[in-house]
Order: sequence, then structure tokens, then C-alpha cells
Amino acid sequence: MTQYLLSVFQPDGEPPAPEILDPIIRGVEALNRDMREAGVWVFAGGLCAPSTATVLRAKDSDVLMTDGPFVEGKEHLGGFTIIEAPDLDAALAWGRRMAQVITLPIEVRPFKEGYGPE
Amino acid sequence: MTDADTIEPRASASVPSAGSGAALSRIEPRASASVPSAGSGAALSRIERVFREEYGRAVAVLVRVLGEIDLAEEAVQDAFTEAVRRWPGTGLPPSPAGWIITTARNRAIDHLRREATREARHAQAALIHQPDGEPEEGPVRDDRLRLIFTCCHPALSPAAQVALTLRLLGGLTVPEIAHAFLVPETTMSQRLVRAKGKIRDARIPYRVPEEADLPDRVKAVLAVVYLIFTEGHTASSGDSLTREDLCAEAIRLGRLLADLMPDEPEVLGLLALMLLTEARRPARTGDNGDLVRLAEQDRGRWDRGLILEGQDLVRRCLRRDRPGPYQIQAAINAVHSDAPDTAATDWRQIVQLYDLQMALGPTPVVALHRAIAVAEVDGPARALALVDALDLPTYHVYHAARADLLRRLGRAGEAAQAYDKAISLTGNAAERVFLRRVRQGLPGLDTAP
Repeated sequence: MTQYLLSVFQPDGEPPAPEILDPIIRGVEALNRDMREAGVWVFAGGLCAPSTATVLRAKDSDVLMTDGPFVEGKEHLGGFTIIEAPDLDAALAWGRRMAQVITLPIEVRPFKEGYGPE
Repeated sequence: MTDADTIEPRASASVPSAGSGAALSRIEPRASASVPSAGSGAALSRIERVFREEYGRAVAVLVRVLGEIDLAEEAVQDAFTEAVRRWPGTGLPPSPAGWIITTARNRAIDHLRREATREARHAQAALIHQPDGEPEEGPVRDDRLRLIFTCCHPALSPAAQVALTLRLLGGLTVPEIAHAFLVPETTMSQRLVRAKGKIRDARIPYRVPEEADLPDRVKAVLAVVYLIFTEGHTASSGDSLTREDLCAEAIRLGRLLADLMPDEPEVLGLLALMLLTEARRPARTGDNGDLVRLAEQDRGRWDRGLILEGQDLVRRCLRRDRPGPYQIQAAINAVHSDAPDTAATDWRQIVQLYDLQMALGPTPVVALHRAIAVAEVDGPARALALVDALDLPTYHVYHAARADLLRRLGRAGEAAQAYDKAISLTGNAAERVFLRRVRQGLPGLDTAP
């Protein structure tokens, strides 16, 4: 079994209005339930806006701190799900459902063997 | 980097044709000095044939047995090197493919034992050790099919799919593939390393897709093979030897697919399309390398053997009655190959076939080719109206077709402008020469705007 990170990339700016967002959230909840029932679900979470991020850099004996995200762009990592699947085809099948539910691009990426969550 | 990747390429300058020597140098470029010379020429060419025919099969089996692509390639390469050393003296074994596969497997086990510094490696060597006399031929067909579907997995970029297919199933070297696609060797090497790394780490499965996914996955495989063929057929530059090698390789892969998936009509359709196109190659270029249009080709130079084979495949497709884009294009080419000249061509049937293709999947490019056929049935004026309604501003064939219709309607000034547009858009040198020649032949150009 391999663990896969399914990342959600969302555009910067205000989130969509509740009438758009609410059905998406319900869809994500249903998908997480299905993933748990199928025994593939490992972890899932949504992140606050990139403006809430802080970047730390070790410099000599000090650690420098900067306000904001490490990468500034038009899109940011909005949330992610970690699943465990026998191969890429199985992981892609879950990723496909996630893309349809969330309507945003989903990146599917394997964890290094032995370096995923317990 | 594996040994296989670092094996010297054949020096293209020293090999005059795609014939003898090319495949052998993929195995062991420096072998010629060490191979016994007496009577070994025939043996070497037989080994070369075994290499061409069995390389993909051997790699496919070894990937299944070892579960790793790099190791499988290396083992098969080693086995062929051993064959080059041994067979000229002993003659070919009764089952050359079986010998290669068994030798490669034993080499891989030896290699793993030699390299075994960790317990896990020992475990792997134990795992793949099979008792002697194990049948090697059983699941072989499926193995090659598995390898094809892995190489052409949609999670890999089309460029990576093409490179993997040529490398693993065709046995082409990295420099050969790089040369054929006009990219630096390091770029091609990195592309292959990256693709194989993704197959390994992301666990792209090594299996034939499930029934539900099969149509889409077969489509992806066919697209890769046709891409290899069209690159060989209309490469924008590069020497003609490399181009012909790519066409031959695509046809070889097409035959393999038709053998492995005889019930998929589009598989047969693609093979037919490639054979019927390839049949015209001898007539496609003039003495000075210029492009010769279908209408002006010496049809006596068409390869009748390939035409008969292609037409037979088209008939087999028609019996299945499950038309698809490759089958229809093959059928159109079959109609052309039936006619002694342009005038005697059954253009009505060609227009009908384009109608069918438009019904299955309308695209502006198909509509353009339909219009070109309409010109032969209803005249250039009707065709021009159809062409002018299309939106293909950056496609050189669109402007060349428009130019030809305008020329036939006597509108030389507009034709010249369209030729200029086509000339500026085509990347193919032979096509550019051809278009310039026709443009210069336009009457009364000095009065043109």
C-alpha cells in the first residue's frame, strides 16, 4: 500500500458565497465518509488563508521570521486529504471524485515509502 | 543510470542503412572485434532479428518477475550481450526468446546477490528465484500488454509515453530516441529517468486495465503509436534514415497490438492506416527529395504488398461494424490506394467517409479534409465556401488548401497570399519547397495586389 497526498489548489481572494460553498462542503463530508468506509482514509484537513501564514528561516544561530506564505501566487494550497491505496489508478479514482466534488484542481502525489503518516 | 542507458549508441554516420548492424549495436557496440568472424555474419543478423522481435517481450517478462524496470532492462541487455558472444559459435538455441529470458533472470538474481549488502536484497533474490524448467512462455503475451499500458499511462506526459514505449518495447537506445525527436540526449535521458521514477514511486500499475477503463486506455496507446508514426512520416527536420526507423517501429508496434488485441477494431484500423500510408512512401518524394503530392505521385511505385495487407485489415474492420477515427482514415486511404489516378478515385465514397467521421467527432481539421474531397465532387467553388467557414488560422494545411482552391478558380492574387501564409506556417522543409514552387507557377502574378 502507498499513501497519497491529495492537495486542493484554490484561487486567492474571497471564498465563494455560501450557496456555492455549502453544497461543496457537504460533498466533501460525504466523500470523507466514503473514504473511511472503504478503509483508504488517513487524514484530511482544510487550511486558513495564506495571509495567516508565517515563514521561518534558520540563519546562522538565529531564525528569521516573515509574515505571509512562502510562495506568493494566484493559487494556494487550500486543504488536503491523505489516503492509502494499492496503486496510482486507485488513488486517481478517489482524486477524480474529489475534483468533481470540490470543482478545483487536485494534485495527487505519493509519499515516500515509510515516510507517510503512521 | 543503468548500464543500458550508458551503452554507446550506434554511430549514425557509420551505419549506411537501417538494415544489419543497427540493432546489434544497441546490444554491444564494441562486440564486432570480439565476435568470431568465420560464418558469423548470418548468425549476427539472426541475433539482430531476435533482438528486434524479442527485446520488448523479454523486458516485459523481467519487469513482472523483478518488479523493477531499470533492473529488468539491465538484465535483458546483459543477456543479449551474452548471446552475441555465444551464439555465433554455438548457433541459436531452440527457443531464443526463452534463452534470453532465462539468462536475463539468472543475471538479475546474480546481480542482486552481488549487490546484496542488506538483508532486504537477499530476500528479493530469494523471492525471484524460480525452480528450473519453469515455463517462460505462458503469461508472456499479457506481460507485453501490461508493459504497453504502463508505458502509455495517462498520468505520464505524451512525450514520456512515447519515449518509454520506444525504449522499453522497441529497444531503441536513448540517443536514438533523442535524435528522432530532435532533443538533446541529456533531455531524453532525464525524461526517461523521471518517467521511470514516477512509475516506481507513484505506483503506476503493471497490468491490463479493467474492462470499464479499457476503451480510453486503448485510445491512449493508439495515440502514442500513431504519434511515433506521424513523427517519422512528417518530421520537420532530421535525416530521413531516422524518420523511416520511426515509421518501421510504429508499424512493428501496431502489428504487436493487433496481435495482442485482435478484437479491438480501432487497433486494426490504426495498423491499416499506417500500412496504407507507408505504402506510398516510395512515391512521396521526388529524385531531389521534394514532396510529391498524392495527385502527382507515380502510383506504380506504391508498395502493393502493404496496400493489400492494409485493405484486408480495412475489410476486417468493416465486418465488425464498430467504426472509429482510425478505421475511417484507413478506409479513406484504402479508397485512394484502389485508384490508378486522381480522376479515377471514388471521391464520393471519400466524402461519405468524411461525413461518417464528422458524425463521430466533428473537428475543423476533419471538416477541412472533407472540403478538399468535396472539391473533387462538386468543384472548387463549393469547397472554398466550406473552407472559408472554418476557423483554422494557424494551420498551414488550411492555407495551402485554400490557396489551391483559389488557384483552381483563377484567383491568382488571393492564391499567392494564401500560399505565402502557408509557407510561413509550415515547419517542414520539403513542404515549403513544394508550396514555393506552386506559388511561382501562378499566372499573372505581377498584376496581383
